[in-house]
Formats: sequence, C-alpha cells, structure tokens
Amino acid sequence: MEKIIKGRAFVLGDNIDTDQIIPAEHLVYSLSDPEESKNYGRFALSGVPLSQSGLPKGGIPFVDEGQYQTKYQIIIGGSNFGCGSSREHAPFALQVAGAKAIIAESYARIFYRNCVDGGFVVPYETSQKLNDKIETGDELELDLNGNTLRNLTKNETYQLRPLGDILPIIEAGNIFEYARQNNMI
Amino acid sequence: MGMTITEKIMAKSAGKKRVEPGESIWLNVDVLMTHDVCGPPTIEIWKREFGDKAKIWDKEKLVIFPDHYIFTKNPQANRNVNILREFASEYDVPNYYDVGTDRYKGVCHIALAEEGYNLPGTVLFGTDSHTCTSGAFGMFSTGVGNTDAAFILGTGKIWEKVPESLKFIFEGNMPEYLTAKDLILMILGDITTDGGTYRALEFDGEAIFSMQMDERMTLTNMAIEAGAMNGIIKADEVTEKYVRERTDKPYEIFESDPDAKYREVYRYNVNEIEPLVAKPHSPDNRDTVRNVAGRKLTKCYIGSCTGGKLTDFYNAAKIIFGNEVKTPTFIVPGSTYVAQQLEVETINGITLKEIFEKAGCVIAQSSCAACLGGPADTVGRAADGEVVISTTNRNFPGRMGSKKSEVFLASPLTVAASAVTGVITDPREFL
Repeated sequence: MEKIIKGRAFVLGDNIDTDQIIPAEHLVYSLSDPEESKNYGRFALSGVPLSQSGLPKGGIPFVDEGQYQTKYQIIIGGSNFGCGSSREHAPFALQVAGAKAIIAESYARIFYRNCVDGGFVVPYETSQKLNDKIETGDELELDLNGNTLRNLTKNETYQLRPLGDILPIIEAGNIFEYARQNNMI
Repeated sequence: MGMTITEKIMAKSAGKKRVEPGESIWLNVDVLMTHDVCGPPTIEIWKREFGDKAKIWDKEKLVIFPDHYIFTKNPQANRNVNILREFASEYDVPNYYDVGTDRYKGVCHIALAEEGYNLPGTVLFGTDSHTCTSGAFGMFSTGVGNTDAAFILGTGKIWEKVPESLKFIFEGNMPEYLTAKDLILMILGDITTDGGTYRALEFDGEAIFSMQMDERMTLTNMAIEAGAMNGIIKADEVTEKYVRERTDKPYEIFESDPDAKYREVYRYNVNEIEPLVAKPHSPDNRDTVRNVAGRKLTKCYIGSCTGGKLTDFYNAAKIIFGNEVKTPTFIVPGSTYVAQQLEVETINGITLKEIFEKAGCVIAQSSCAACLGGPADTVGRAADGEVVISTTNRNFPGRMGSKKSEVFLASPLTVAASAVTGVITDPREFL
C-alpha cells in the first residue's frame, strides 16, 4: 500500500450519490474484462451536474471526453459522500479512472464499506470542511502515516481523522486478504 | 440497560448475550439476496477469492432475483442474466427465480416478502441498498456491496458495527389522504439524507401498527434514504399472519425493552401531517403538495419496491377511477403477483387493471424499470427536460434517466391525483 499519495485535487459538493458517481445505465459492463471495464473509468463521476463538477469553478469533467483516465487522483468531497445505491461499481469506477483517495466530511455506510473491503480507494474523513479551501487542480500530498493532507499549491496542511479500525483492512489490500492474514478463511 | 430490537437480533446472530452500539461484531447471516446488477460481480469475486474449491456456504440461504435490467435489448444487461442462469444451474441453486419462466417474481424486495424469506428475528443481507425493506418484518436487513456479498457467499459471515437507534413514534389514526410515503418523507425532511447514517430507524406507534405489510415496507424501504443501516418494525399479528400464509419456517419475535437506549426519539401525530412531496433533487427536499401544486408535469410513474405494491395501486385506483389521465402515466407492478392481483382486486366491481387501462395509463411488466434509469430502452425512463412525479424512492440527479430531468417523489394518492389533472395536485381534492 502506498503511504504517500500525490496528485491533483478534484473538488465536489455534499451528497454525491452513487448515481452521480456511476449512472445506472453504465452498470452493465463487465468488471473483470480489462478492456470492457475501462468504461467505468470513462464514465466515473459523469452523473454529477456539470456546474458542480470540479469546484469552485465547476464545468470541469472528472474524465475528459473520450478518455478513460482522470488527471485528478484525490477527490475532495463534502458530507454524505456515496449515498444512495449499494453498487460497488461506484468505488470501482473511481479506481479504474485513476483516483487513489477520497477526503470527505462523512460517508454513506455501504459506499464506505465498499471502498475499504474491496480495496478500491482510501476513504479519509476530515472534521473540517475542505471543499471550500481546496480548488480543483491544486497539487496535494496525502500522508497515510501522519494522517495529513498537504496542499502544495496553497502551502497549507490539513489534519485528517485517523483511519482507525479499518486501517488493517486497507493495509492488507481488501477484506479477503485481511481475513486470510488472520486465519479467518 | 435494556436493548433495542435491532441490538437483540444482532446479539443473537453474533452468538452474544448483549451488544452495544459502536461495537464491531461478526454476524451469522440467515439469507443472502442478490440480483442481476450485483450478482454477476459478486459471483466473480467469490470465485476469484475462494478458487476452484469455492463452495456456497448454504445453498438454501442464497436467493437470486433478476429484476433490474431484464426487459431490454441491451446485450450486456442480458449477459448479466445469463451469468446468473448459468451459475444457478452449475451450482444447483434452488432459490433462483429466472425471468422468462413461471418462477419469475419481479422486484427482489417485494419478492422476498411474498416468497416467505422475510422472517422475524432473522438477519438478511442483500446486494441492494433497499434491502432494508425487509425490516418491516421485525428482522435485521441491510444492503452491502459485491465484495461483502462474496465474503458472505463463501463464509456465511460478515462484520458489522452495531448501530445506534432512532425511534419514530406515529400517533393517531391515519387519515384517508395520507400513506406511509408521506410519513417517511416527513422523517427525511426532518433528519435529512445522512441523519440515519450508521443508525437503525425504529418505527412505532398506533398509526404504524394499523398499517398492512405493504405500507410498513414503504417506511423501512426508505430508511436508506436517510443513510440508515436498517429500518425496523416489531412483528405483530399482522406480520405473523402474512408470514404464516407463505412459509412454515421457524422464527422468533423480538421487541425493544422499555428502557432501551435511543440516540433520539421523534413523535408525530399523523393528523398534523399533510400530503408531502420530495422536490428535485433529493429525497429530503420536503415540501407540502399544497406548496408545489400546479406545477406542470410531463410524466407520472407508479411503481418500484417502495411504490409498486398492491396497496399503492389500490390507493391510486381510488382516485383514477372514472377519470382519464392528462399526462403519460406508467403503472409498473412491483411483482408478478401484484400484476396478477391488479386483475383480481376491484373497486365498485371494476378491476384495478381496467380502471388504469380505461384512464389511459401504460401498464408495464413487473420489474425495477425506470426507478433507476437503466438502459436507454427502459420503459418510463425520464428524458431531458421532463418533469416527473413518481412513487419511487430516489430523485437524485439523473436517477430516473436524464440528469436534465426533474423528479418529485410522492405518495400513490398524490401521483394519481396529479395524473388526472396533469399538474401536481393535492389528493384531498379527490377524496
């Protein structure tokens, strides 16, 4: 597991639901076929209304038209990130697009579990509102050892909530690896 | 200190005497449910992780309902159903309800109830966020993703944190113009879409226990719209009668202790609640129907796991009876049983189906259909610029199709009244 994640920020608002992360019409592609599953990257966050995509200016797609990979590796959300449907395609789509981590004030339970148990993206919580401090495109450095996020563009550092109970699962890679390491399966 | 019904069921499933909110425990799962969207990836993960000797932990406890994208020409959607079919045949899964056969049931949450899988005191997980619907039967039920489902498929176990509970007490006799949908929209407006995150919503009060199972399921169905882990209603004689008509499997009834601890208790008098809507684009964007009345509509939709049950159609038919709809109106039965009952149940000697047909409604085949958008050829799907009023459970941007459409959520009474006038209309004008 990478302990330092560097990348550009993609900023979103509150209540980003799983239909916005991957719209239902795109849930039909195979998740294991490498060619077909690229479509999840292509349509990741395509359901976010354009004016709210890539704040504060908006109007920025997470993945450019015709592309499969994003330029933004760290997603900054608000509260209740990942609410709605249980579809694991949502964190998978973000991973396929190239996102490594999400930093939000709070998460919906199923989405949070899916991120962790499936080993797709690291979901960090923050007790301060960051989606009004960080702008889309800012260069960020996430340190999993110190639970800090550095904004290299603005020269600011933000403290994040430690991952706690879920850290061993994230470190193992996913729930199956974790269970094997602990002789549970 | 006493325990809540949710804590008691989780303790039993974990083999413990008591559990506390916040505690992480391993549960033994009684039923795992999956469908055509999340079933194939669940099976794939299970095979990948458990290898050649992958074994279903208990075949009798696995239930599979294709229901989401089934009446479509989309080749990848059809491939998903084929994967389920082949899996069921290869592993000899007894509880597979294939589309295109007499066994086909329709929407999974309704079918779980109808087929006798919902049993008081048991623990049910499903690869669908609305799995919380089954909590109407005094059981613990919640949604999970594919990885967690694959883990259950191989082991029968899952880790969960015990949720804190919120209690919602509804006092009074339900007025004729209100349904369970109005009550849950009331709650959502009060606690918002994350007010229930990692919590249990427990429903109580005489108005709740006066309801039939159909209506109780509308309340627990939308617990997830508050982000809740589960919704739950204690089993009573109404529950037991429903269950006993469908199965002879054993069950155990739990109820919350009088001194059980709740994070918060909310009290409502149903006589003080008006018909409500959730305005675009969130289920907690509550307003009264009165305040938005007159808004011109392009489509009305009655269907889904929350709004496509027999009681929902009976309520809608009461208002549509003898009228013609002024806006394209879609009737999508939640299950094939509900679809059959539309031809049996009558008002003034006329079947519900005839009432809808005479009014000019489109009656579609039973499935999830446009509740969640789906492939382009899905019946009732919202197009750009549409203004829809729907009995479904979510109105996030793009949920029913185009993100350039607007969806209002409302009770079947309100949707029916609006279908007759073509604009959002308070059902009290018809009752």
